[in-house]
Amino acid sequence: MLKRQYSIATGLVLLIVLVLLNLPEQPAARIKLALGGLFLPLFGMAGSVQHLTQEVGNSLVPRSTLLKQLEQLRKENEELRQQLMQIQDSWRENAQLRQALGWQRRVPWQLKPARVIGQDPANWWRTIIIDVGLREGLRPNMPVLTAEGLVGRIEKVGPDRSSVVMVGDPNCRFSAQVQDPRDKSIAAKGIISPSVSSMDRLLVDLIYVPGVAVLKPGQSVVTSGDGVTFPKGITVGQIVDVRTNDYGMNLEARVKLAVNLNRLEQVWVLLQ
Amino acid sequence: MNWLNTIAILLIAFLAVFLESYFRGLRNLVGAQIDLLPALMVYASLSAGISTVALLATLGGLWFDSLSANPLGITVLPLLVIGLIIHSGRDLILREQRYAQFMLGLAASATAPLFTVLALLGLGAEPLLGWWSLWQWFIMTLGGAAATPLCFRVFDRFQRAFTYQKLPETSFRPDREIKRDRGPHLDYH
Repeated sequence: MLKRQYSIATGLVLLIVLVLLNLPEQPAARIKLALGGLFLPLFGMAGSVQHLTQEVGNSLVPRSTLLKQLEQLRKENEELRQQLMQIQDSWRENAQLRQALGWQRRVPWQLKPARVIGQDPANWWRTIIIDVGLREGLRPNMPVLTAEGLVGRIEKVGPDRSSVVMVGDPNCRFSAQVQDPRDKSIAAKGIISPSVSSMDRLLVDLIYVPGVAVLKPGQSVVTSGDGVTFPKGITVGQIVDVRTNDYGMNLEARVKLAVNLNRLEQVWVLLQ
Repeated sequence: MNWLNTIAILLIAFLAVFLESYFRGLRNLVGAQIDLLPALMVYASLSAGISTVALLATLGGLWFDSLSANPLGITVLPLLVIGLIIHSGRDLILREQRYAQFMLGLAASATAPLFTVLALLGLGAEPLLGWWSLWQWFIMTLGGAAATPLCFRVFDRFQRAFTYQKLPETSFRPDREIKRDRGPHLDYH
C-alpha cells in the first residue's frame, strides 16, 4: 500500500516537473509571474513596515540636525541649478551642431524610479525584483541604473513588478569600452562577463580586449553602445588589474563595479 | 491534525521563500543566502505522510523558482529526492535526537543546491559558478543544518498548541484501590 502511494506521489510530481520544464517560454513565464504574484501582498506589507519604521526613526532626529541638513541641501540645490544651466547651454549647442552635421538628434533620457523589493533566493543568479512593471511602461531589456552607474537590464516584466538581471550575471554580457581618464578617448573595447576566479562579488571581467590595447588600473569602463540594450557612456566601473590571455592575443581585465550591487534600495529604469 | 500539520508546513515554506528573497542582510554579511526548504523537507519527511512530502516539494520548489531566475520546476526534483530518501528510512532514524536532526539537515542542505545546479547545467543553463560558490555552498549547508533542529522545535510547539495532548498514564487503578475504614469494631466490655 505504501509502495503504491510512493509511486503515485513520485509519478505525479515528476509529471508536473516534466510538463513545466518543457513548456514554451511564454506560458512558463506567465505561470512564473502568477506564482510570484502570490508574494506581492507580503512584499507590500514588508515595504510598509519598513517605511513606517523609517518614519518613526526620522521623527526622532533632533530639529537642529534637520536644519543643518536642510541648509546643506539648499546649497547643493543651488550648485546643481547652476550646473544644469551650463549643461542646458551645452545641450542646445550640441543639438545645433548635430543638426548642422545632419546627425541624429540625441533624445534626453527618460527615467523611471523603482524600489528594490527582493532578490533572487538562489545564490547562483544575480537578479533583483523591482516594484514597477508593464503598467509603468517597462519592457524587457530596458537598462537599469543608479547615479553611480549601470545596474543591469530588465529581464521579465509583470503588471506590477519586474526582474532585473544585474551586471555580473551570466545572462548580462555586453560590450564595454575603456576610457582614458585624462582625455576620455577610447583605449579599447571588450565584453563584460562574470568573474569566475574572483571571490569579490563586485568584480567582473572585461574579456576579448585586443592584445595591442594599453590597459591600466584605474581606467574607467563605460558601456560602448554597440549592442541594442545599453546606450553609450553609462559607467560600469574601474579597471583593477590586467592579465594577458591566449599567448598575448587577448587581454583580460578585472573591473570593480561602480555600483554596490549588494546594497541596492532604489534604482532608475531608462525608458527608451 | 494531519491536514493542519500539512497546511502549517506549506505556510512556513511560503514564508521561508519570501524571507529568502526579501531579507538581504545575511547575503550582504556572509555572501550567501540560506535555503530553508531542505530543512523543512527533513521535518516533513520525518513527521508527515508521503502526500505532504510531495506537496512540499512541488509547491516549495515552484514558489522558490517563481522568485528566482531558475527555470520553473527545477527546484522541485532535488527536494522530492531528499524527501523520498528520508521518508523511506524514517523508521531507522531517531527523530527526537537533535544530533540526528542536525546531520540530516546538513546532508539535505548540501545535496539540494548541488542537485539543482547539476540539473541547471544539464538543461544547458549557465549559473554563476566559481570559487566563491564553494563558500556559498558551505554557508548554505551549515545554515540549513542549524535551521533543521529549529524547525522541529517550532513545529513541535505548534503541535502541542493545537492538538489534544494525551494525559500521562498513572499507576492508579480504581479496581485495586485499598478501601480504608475504621477497622473491625472490638468491644472490650
